[in-house]
Amino acid sequence: MSSPTSEPLVLARGLTKRFGAATAVDGIDFQVAAGEAFGFLGPNGAGKTTTMRMIGCVSPVTDGSLTVLGMDPRTDGPRIRARLGVVPQQDSLDTELTVEENLLIYGRYFDLSYRESRTRAKELLDFVQLTERAQDAVEPLSGGMKRRLVIARGLINQPDLLLLDEPTTGLDPQARHLLWDRLYRLKQQGVSLILTTHYMDEAEQLCDRLVVMDKARIVAEGSPRGLIDQYATREVLELRFRPEDQAAAEAQLGGLAERIERLPDRYLLYTTDGDAAAVEVHERGLRPDQVLVRRSTLEDVFLRLTGRTLIE
Amino acid sequence: MNHAIRVLEYQLLSYRRTWRGGLFTTFLAPVMFLLAMGLGLGTFVDGSAGGGLGGVPYLVFLAPGLLASNAMQTAAGESMYPIMSGITWNRIYQAMTSTPIRPRDVVAGLALWLVVRLAIVSVVFVAVMLLFGATSIGPGVLMIPVAILTGLAFALPIVAFSVTQRTDAMFPVINRFIIVPLFIFSGTFFPLEQLPALLQPIAWVTPLANGVSLARGIAIGGLDPALAVWNLGVLVAYCAVGLAWASRTFHRRLVQ
Repeated sequence: MSSPTSEPLVLARGLTKRFGAATAVDGIDFQVAAGEAFGFLGPNGAGKTTTMRMIGCVSPVTDGSLTVLGMDPRTDGPRIRARLGVVPQQDSLDTELTVEENLLIYGRYFDLSYRESRTRAKELLDFVQLTERAQDAVEPLSGGMKRRLVIARGLINQPDLLLLDEPTTGLDPQARHLLWDRLYRLKQQGVSLILTTHYMDEAEQLCDRLVVMDKARIVAEGSPRGLIDQYATREVLELRFRPEDQAAAEAQLGGLAERIERLPDRYLLYTTDGDAAAVEVHERGLRPDQVLVRRSTLEDVFLRLTGRTLIE
Repeated sequence: MNHAIRVLEYQLLSYRRTWRGGLFTTFLAPVMFLLAMGLGLGTFVDGSAGGGLGGVPYLVFLAPGLLASNAMQTAAGESMYPIMSGITWNRIYQAMTSTPIRPRDVVAGLALWLVVRLAIVSVVFVAVMLLFGATSIGPGVLMIPVAILTGLAFALPIVAFSVTQRTDAMFPVINRFIIVPLFIFSGTFFPLEQLPALLQPIAWVTPLANGVSLARGIAIGGLDPALAVWNLGVLVAYCAVGLAWASRTFHRRLVQ
């Protein structure tokens, strides 16, 4: 769907957004290449949605520069939006129309003929597995179905770039996996994606490259794997103690791992070999309630970078 | 303009789904009002000394006022909950402005839709008037654009206001303190000259009194050109201010 070009799809330099005295986005730099799946990862309030709204040309840039599809959102908003697909955080579907009508009318907003809009709606409903619900009202659809419908709607103009703002927030695991599968297929078809998420697994699954945002700034940038390699160890040993044992245990954990994080309910031991560390814990006579060895994730990267967990 | 038409298309598509719910207010309410007030109450008015109002049967006097009032009521209905729900609950305006459609296109499209909606209720109302012999075809047709303009004079400023709202708390207030008092005191049921002298100048700068005056002038004949120009001027002014205001409030709410 996107044409090969050396020019970045989105280029931001010192991008800043202020609301009165509050700074929502504080001088961030990033660029997104054609065909790329790019992510903004961060907790609520980090500035992800505001950044997406600026890219979507519905929020004026306060300071810095932003180029989208080679154009300036300040002057070319409608022309840029004609080539974007937008999947907002809140569904914004018309609940009085049918599933198909929601797509049809949206195609009209892009000046598609009814005929063309109908053809594309049919294909897209098939793609998001909603063909059987085409004539149904939107309201009884499940959260996951509504999200899929919004994604189909965002694709009706065959966009050069699809913006997804927290595409799976609030969905149950099954619905999330179905959605990821569809987004992965889009990626395979060469659709460029920008998505925001506060789910680490989502970013790991979908993003070629991502930036970690915290408090209106970008704190790290890279591929999911690269970030994990850079900011975490290969494995993590999670230990949970009974509250009465906690103080005594903490004193004995020293030297067990490269780095130890203390969370309210558990300890995270960063090490290249989690199993070996677990054995060592036992040898020191510690008896944790729960022991878990796992691979490091972007969650650990975020913890390292900000000292906080993503979802508090 | 193209984009405004798209917004109108959306409204028509939506109306196709919901028009049944408005059947009562669109069709039955005018019939009931004309029956009860025009024919019921009218019998007493026409039977009194002098007969009718200034020699005009009460039904003929009343019907143009009800036509304009009906446009006002429709306008109020269309410009409060549907607008706030579109911006706050369904977020359909946010969805529209993620496409090449701009906030001012949304406003223009809504204005076109209001014209269509007001035309529908006004045509039906005039048809009922003709059925009851409350007017004849010529004045009847001429009164339709007056009713539409009267409705717009209410709808556009209220639309501008509604889009700024995050809850529906103010809507009953608008109904209670603007729509209902105007309905009663705008010369619909009795001539404006019956109002206390202090209130008359106020009435003449409100939209409904001017809409009623214009519609009645057309229905009964003997329209005073100076008064007609004033009536039109006031109505157009409300529309123009409403349109400009709505463009601002939609922009402010949608582009942040």
